[in-house]
Amino acid sequence: MTIKEAILAQMQLVAERQKKTLAPLTDDLKLLESGLDSLCLAILVAALDDTLDIDPFSAGTSKFPVTLGEFVQLYESHAG
Amino acid sequence: MSRTLAEHRTLWQLAERAGLSPARRIADANGSMALADLAHGVMLNAEALRGRCVLLWSARQLPSVLALLQLDGVAARILLCPPDLSPAHMLEICAEAGVDCIVSDGSLTEIPPGVAVVQAGTTLSPRAGARAEAGTTEWLLFTSGTTGRPKLVLHTLASLTGPLSDGLVVPDGAVWSTFYDVRRYGGLQILLRAMLGGGSMILSQADEPVASFLTRAGQSGVTHISGTPSHWRRALLSGSASAMAPAYVRLSGEVADQAILDHLQAAYPKASVAHAFASTEAGVAFDVRDGKAGFPASLIDRTDGGAEMRVIDGSLRIRSKRTGSRYLGDRGVLADTEGFVDTGDMLELRGDRYYFVGRREGIINVGGAKVHPEEVEAVLNAHPAVVMSRVWGRASPITGAIVMADLVLRESAVNLIDDILTQCRAHLAEHKVPVVLRPVASLDVAQSGKLARTKVEKTRA
Repeated sequence: MTIKEAILAQMQLVAERQKKTLAPLTDDLKLLESGLDSLCLAILVAALDDTLDIDPFSAGTSKFPVTLGEFVQLYESHAG
Repeated sequence: MSRTLAEHRTLWQLAERAGLSPARRIADANGSMALADLAHGVMLNAEALRGRCVLLWSARQLPSVLALLQLDGVAARILLCPPDLSPAHMLEICAEAGVDCIVSDGSLTEIPPGVAVVQAGTTLSPRAGARAEAGTTEWLLFTSGTTGRPKLVLHTLASLTGPLSDGLVVPDGAVWSTFYDVRRYGGLQILLRAMLGGGSMILSQADEPVASFLTRAGQSGVTHISGTPSHWRRALLSGSASAMAPAYVRLSGEVADQAILDHLQAAYPKASVAHAFASTEAGVAFDVRDGKAGFPASLIDRTDGGAEMRVIDGSLRIRSKRTGSRYLGDRGVLADTEGFVDTGDMLELRGDRYYFVGRREGIINVGGAKVHPEEVEAVLNAHPAVVMSRVWGRASPITGAIVMADLVLRESAVNLIDDILTQCRAHLAEHKVPVVLRPVASLDVAQSGKLARTKVEKTRA
């Protein structure tokens, strides 16, 4: 499973769990318009930390990702 | 010590003293009011409320702010009521404070018996006669705990404006804004800076998307703006942070970590980014302008006329003219015999700086919404499969923390995790529902007989 696939799968899981409806997951989708709120994003980031062992936010990012594409890229750039 | 500006003056007098240039205004998403118009117009008949104990209630902030400007110095007491006060607590609050009038925009449905209601709005009528002589009004602010009834902290305009003598009452032309509601201490500080400093105030609005608020702030020419680190993380996440270009960015209300300070400095390279420590009870203690998390240890025991600070048993204690004077009713003691307020915020000394590590009592702060571990544990423990539980906060770069739970389960109850989660959802607000329910063999209990708790942890589940 690629990092992108893992992220998309976790987004589905979080949305299902938190009873949110996800927008179509395209690269240019803004995270805040994805259907996931701040709490969902927090849960997603924690779940990715657990499953991928990647926590790019705590590692210090230069810029908050705004779109899903940027979010995936951030994780890819921090992959061991 | 010199007398503060606010002694023997009202909020309106101080606003007027700073000049009523046509540019000065107070605005929200729905409307804007020029301060100059308030010199000749009134929103309500203040004289009818002389000496009364008045609770201000409105969904939008603007009607309450207009009422505040008219009633300070006239009413005996003003309660600045945040809009999320539970209706269940309204009766007790009114009884405790002796409220005999509510200035309401009509959105309050449950009016306690015997309490008069005055209509609040944003429409002015011509003023009849001069402003009457001003007295001193007690300002009552609500503490921000979310379980149980909030406490009321007694302030005066003098104690509230004390913090403004820190060089940040910028002269003329500043346009202040805040993500906070100005009916909370952190937001009120910004409103007061705008009013006393000759500036304008752009109010936030509940339910306004953060991107819209940022755009409105940009269009309004906001120069100085404050919020909690969680507010700011949301702003950065929205992709609309660049819709405004403030000269001054302030964080307070939660621990400002190095990452959020760096992110904000990167987003607003020309702005000075500062973080402040304040609480409803203790007032503003200090602000930090060097761009680093924590604060210099040299601030402790300083004697330069600012707030005096001590660290006792790991928590920050503050004494200054800016603290509230007491809690209303039988709700505990606000300060010790020497006048120091225990903030309950725990500090850790690393090198020559102190860092905040969390609340003594372990409240978990999820994006500014507080979660008491005990209330979540109560729900978990009510499930027949659960023997005991420990709820804790896991550090999150998005919301500051998220809620986690360790459970000691009865034998062979592991497959009931989903059922336990369903019970949590049925009884708890979304942000309080544990993100992970983790079965453990046992939980530590301290000598006191209480569950051993830890501060917010970075640990993975």
